[in-house]
Amino acid sequence: MALFNQLIIIAFAPLVGAILAGFFGKKLGKKWTHRIAIGLVAVSFVLSLKFFLAFLYGAAQPINQTLYQWASFAGIDIQVGFLVDSLTAMMMLVVTFVSLMVHIYSIGYMHDDNGYQRFFSYISLFTFSMLMLVMSNNFLQLFFGWEAVGVVSYLLIGFWFKKETAIFANMKAFLVNRVGDFGFLLGIGGILYLFGSFDYAPVFDKMAQARTLQESLTAGEVSALSAVGLEKTFSPWGGIEWSAISFICICLFIGAMGKSAQVPLHVWLPDSMEGPTPISALIHAATMVTAGVFMVARMSPLFEFSETALAMITLIGAITALFMGLIGIVQNDIKRIVAYSTLSQLGYMVVALGVSAYSAAIFHLFTHAFFKALLFLAAGSVIVALHHEQDLRKMGGLRKAMPITYWASLIGTLALIGTPFFAGFYSKDAIISAVAEADGWGSNFAYFAVMAGVVVTALYSMRMLILVFHGESRVEESAKAHLHESPKVITYPLILLAIPSLMIGWLMAEPMLVGDYFKDAIVVHQAHDTLVYLREIFGNAFAFGLHGFVTPVFWLLLAGAVTAYICFAWKPQLAQMASGIFAPIKTILQNKYYFDDFNQKFFAKGSLGLGRFLWRYGDKAIIDDGIVNGSARSVAKIAAKARKLQTGYLYHYALLMLVGLLILIGFLLLRG
Amino acid sequence: MNIEAIVFYLFSAITIIAAIGVITVKNSVQAVLCLVLTFFSASALWLLLEAEFLAITLVLVYVGAVMVLFLFVVMMLDVDFAALKQGFAKQLPLGLLVGFALFGAVYWVIRSQVFGTDKIPEPAKHEQGYSNVEELGRLLYGEYFYPFEIAGVILLVAIIAAISLTFRGRRERKGQSVREQHRVTKEERLKIVSMDSEEQYADMEITDTKQDEETTL
Amino acid sequence: MSLTHYLTVSAVLFAISVVGIVINRKNVITLLMCIELMLLAVNTNFIAFSRYLDDSVGQVFVFFILTVAAAEAAIGLAILVVLFRTHRAIDVEQLEELKG
Repeated sequence: MALFNQLIIIAFAPLVGAILAGFFGKKLGKKWTHRIAIGLVAVSFVLSLKFFLAFLYGAAQPINQTLYQWASFAGIDIQVGFLVDSLTAMMMLVVTFVSLMVHIYSIGYMHDDNGYQRFFSYISLFTFSMLMLVMSNNFLQLFFGWEAVGVVSYLLIGFWFKKETAIFANMKAFLVNRVGDFGFLLGIGGILYLFGSFDYAPVFDKMAQARTLQESLTAGEVSALSAVGLEKTFSPWGGIEWSAISFICICLFIGAMGKSAQVPLHVWLPDSMEGPTPISALIHAATMVTAGVFMVARMSPLFEFSETALAMITLIGAITALFMGLIGIVQNDIKRIVAYSTLSQLGYMVVALGVSAYSAAIFHLFTHAFFKALLFLAAGSVIVALHHEQDLRKMGGLRKAMPITYWASLIGTLALIGTPFFAGFYSKDAIISAVAEADGWGSNFAYFAVMAGVVVTALYSMRMLILVFHGESRVEESAKAHLHESPKVITYPLILLAIPSLMIGWLMAEPMLVGDYFKDAIVVHQAHDTLVYLREIFGNAFAFGLHGFVTPVFWLLLAGAVTAYICFAWKPQLAQMASGIFAPIKTILQNKYYFDDFNQKFFAKGSLGLGRFLWRYGDKAIIDDGIVNGSARSVAKIAAKARKLQTGYLYHYALLMLVGLLILIGFLLLRG
Repeated sequence: MNIEAIVFYLFSAITIIAAIGVITVKNSVQAVLCLVLTFFSASALWLLLEAEFLAITLVLVYVGAVMVLFLFVVMMLDVDFAALKQGFAKQLPLGLLVGFALFGAVYWVIRSQVFGTDKIPEPAKHEQGYSNVEELGRLLYGEYFYPFEIAGVILLVAIIAAISLTFRGRRERKGQSVREQHRVTKEERLKIVSMDSEEQYADMEITDTKQDEETTL
Repeated sequence: MSLTHYLTVSAVLFAISVVGIVINRKNVITLLMCIELMLLAVNTNFIAFSRYLDDSVGQVFVFFILTVAAAEAAIGLAILVVLFRTHRAIDVEQLEELKG
C-alpha cells in the first residue's frame, strides 16, 4: 500500500467512526458503537506508529502531496493535502495514542450516560479534526482543523447541555477562541499577501533562501529578507511600520494564544473542565491545546526571522507558566488543579518556543501529552469512584482503596514535577537550560519564571496527591461504602499511559532533543540556537538523568515537594497559618487575578452595552425609525399632500393642463 | 372692402358667437344646435380657404352624423338640463381669466415677428379646372394610403367599442355567467336536512362492510 | 385676407372652448362639445396653413383628425350613455371616483 493511501486512512478512519457512531449509534447499540470507534482509531494509531518509527530510524522522507483541489482562482490554489514529516509523525502518534486511550477509558467513564454514542461520535470527530490540523500542508486546511477542533471542543465542553455552567463554559471557550482566531486569520491573510500562496512549501522555500543568504551575508536580517523580496511592511496603526514577517508572526501567535490558552486568552481552559473528564484529558490537556505550540513550531522558519514576535512569545509564555501555576495551589477542585497545571505547562512550551528551542517545546508537548492525560484520567478514575465528587476536601486516604489509580497518579505527578528519569524531567530541563542560554529580550524574566515555576509545580502537584490519596479519609459516608478500584477499561489506559510517562523521556530525549529527529521540520538560526549547552552536557540519557540530581532545578523541586509534604501531610495547621498570613494573595489567586471579572465587566457588559446602544440608537432610531420607516413615512406624508392634487374632477385636470400649456408657451416666447 | 373680406368677417362673427352660445345656453338641445351653426359657418370659412372637400365633409359628417348623434343622446337622457347649468356664473371669472390668458398667448405667437406669419403672402387663386377632391384623393390613395386604411380600422374599432359599451344583451338569452358560477356558495346548492337515522339499515350496512373487509383481506 | 386673420379666428374658437371646459361643471355633454369645438379650431388652423403654404398635406391631416374626432365622439357618447345608466346623472362634479 502506498504511503499516501496510508495517510488517507489515518486521517479519515476516525471520521468514518464519527459518522457511524453519530448517525447510526442508536441502531448499532452501545457495544458496537465503541467497538467500531475504537477499532478505527486503533487503525489510525497503528499506522501512525509505523510512520513515527520510520522517521525515528531515519527510514522515511517527508511526504507532501495534494489529495484534492477544492478551488483555484487568481493563481491561488485551495486544496486538501498532507505534509508529513518528523514533526507531523510525532503529533500523529500523540493524537492517535491518547485518543485511543481515551476511547477505551470512556467505555468505563461514560457507560451509563445517555449520550454514550454521541460522545464517541464527538471524540472520533475530534481525532479526525486534530489529524487534519497536524497533517495539513497548507494554511487553509490548518485553519479548518483549527476551527474543527474548536467546534468539537465546544460541543464536548457542553456535552452535558442541561448543566447551566457547562453551557456558560462552552460559550466562553468559543468566544475566547474567536479572539485568537481573528488574529490567526489575519496572519493567514498576511501570508497570502506576502507569499501569494496558502501552501506551506513556497513559504518554507522562501524562508530557507533567506536563511541561506543571511548566513552567507552576515549583514543582518533586513538585507536577507529584502534579497528574497520579503522586506514589505505593514502599518496597521498610523505611523508605526511593522515588518510584514513580524506582523504575520504576531498574528499567528495570537491564534496560538487562543488555542493554547496563554494569558490573557487563557480564561476558557479552567472552565472547560465542565466537560467529561476523558475530554479534559484528550482535548484540554494532551492535544488540542498544544495545537498552538505545534503551529508555532511548524512555522519556525517564519518565526526565526522575527525577534519581536519571539520576545513577545517568551514574555507571554513566562507569565502563563508562573502565574497560572500559582492559582493551582489554592484550587480545591481536582480537575481544576490539573487544568491550571496544564496552563502552566503550556506556558513552559511557549517559553521554549520564544527562545527558539522549538524541539524542546515539542518534546515537552510530547511528554506532557502522556503524563497529563494520565493525570486527568487518574483524576477521572477518582471522580468516578466517588460518584462525581471533585472536591479535594472530600477526598483523602484513597491510596488503599485504589492502588492502581494511586500509582498511576504518582507516576504522573513525578513526571509532571520533573523528577529525574521521568518523562517530564528531560523536556522541562531542556526548556530551562534553553531559557538560561537565551539572551533575547525578556529572557531574564522568563528564566526567573520557569525556575519559580518548578517550585510551584511541585507544590500544587504534591498537594493534590497528598490530599487525594494520603492522610485521613474525608470521603462522605454514602460514597465510602462502595469505594473500590475502577474497572479494567479505566485502569488499563492508566497503565498504558503510565508506561510512556515513565520511559518516553529517556527513550526519546536523545533523538528528539539533541539528535536530528526534527531536522526536516524545525529550523533554528545558528545565532538563536539555545540548545547548544544542552547538547554539550547531554552525553546520554542516563548520564543526563544523573546530572539532573545536582542541578539547582532539582533542589527547587525538592523544596516545593517538601513544603507540600510539611504543609499538607505532616503539619496541616501550617497550611492554615500560611493561608491566614497570605490572605490577600490567596484572595487574588482564588479570583484568578480577576481576569474573569474583568472580562465579564468590561468585555461582556461592555459589548452588551455597546450592542444595546447600537440597537437603540443605531438600529432602532436611525435605521428602523429613520431610514426604513422614516422613508416610508415621508413618502406617505408627501403622498398625503400630493393626493390632494388628485381631486377627481375633470375640469381641474383640464385647467392644470392649460396652465402647463400657458407656462410652456410663455417660456418659449420669452426665450425668443 | 371686397366681398371676400365681408364673407370672412361675417362667418367669423357667426362662428364665434355660435361658439359662445355653445358654452353659455342653458338648454343642451340649444347648445347642440349652436354647435351645428358653428360648424356650418366654419365650413364656410373653409370654403373661403379653398378646401371644398373638407368643408363639405364637415357639413355631411359632422352636422349630418355626429351632431345628430349628440342630439339623439341629449334627448334620450332623462336629465334636468336646466339644473346642469347652475353655478355657471361662479366659475366665469376664472374661465375668462384662463381664456384670455390663452388667447393672449396664442395671439402673441401669431402676431410675433419671430413666427413671421405676416410675411407669408396671400396665395394665388387656383386656376380653372383645379379639383380639390382630385388633389386630396391623389394624396390619400397614393402617399397616405396606409394611414388611410388605419383610419378605417379606427372607425371600425370605434363602432365596435360604442356597441359593446352600450349593448346590454337580449333579455331571454341563454348562456352561462362565469362570474355567477364563481360566486356561488355552498348554501345555494346544498341543502342539509336533519332527520333520524334509519337504525336497521345502519346495522345491515356495517355487517356488509365487515364482510367486504374480510374478503379483501 | 392674411393668414393671421384665420389664425386669430381659430385662436378665439380655441379660447372659447377652453373657457367652456373651465366654467362648465355640471354637464359632460357640454364638455364633449367643447372638445369638438377645439378640434374645429385646430382643423381651421391646419387648413389655413395648408392654403397659405400651398401644401395639400395639411388637408390630409384634417381628414384624419375628422376621422378620429368622429370615432372619439361616438365612443365618448357611448361612455356617456353607460355613465348615465350607472349613475343616473351626467354631473361632472359627481364623477369623482379618481379622487386621491
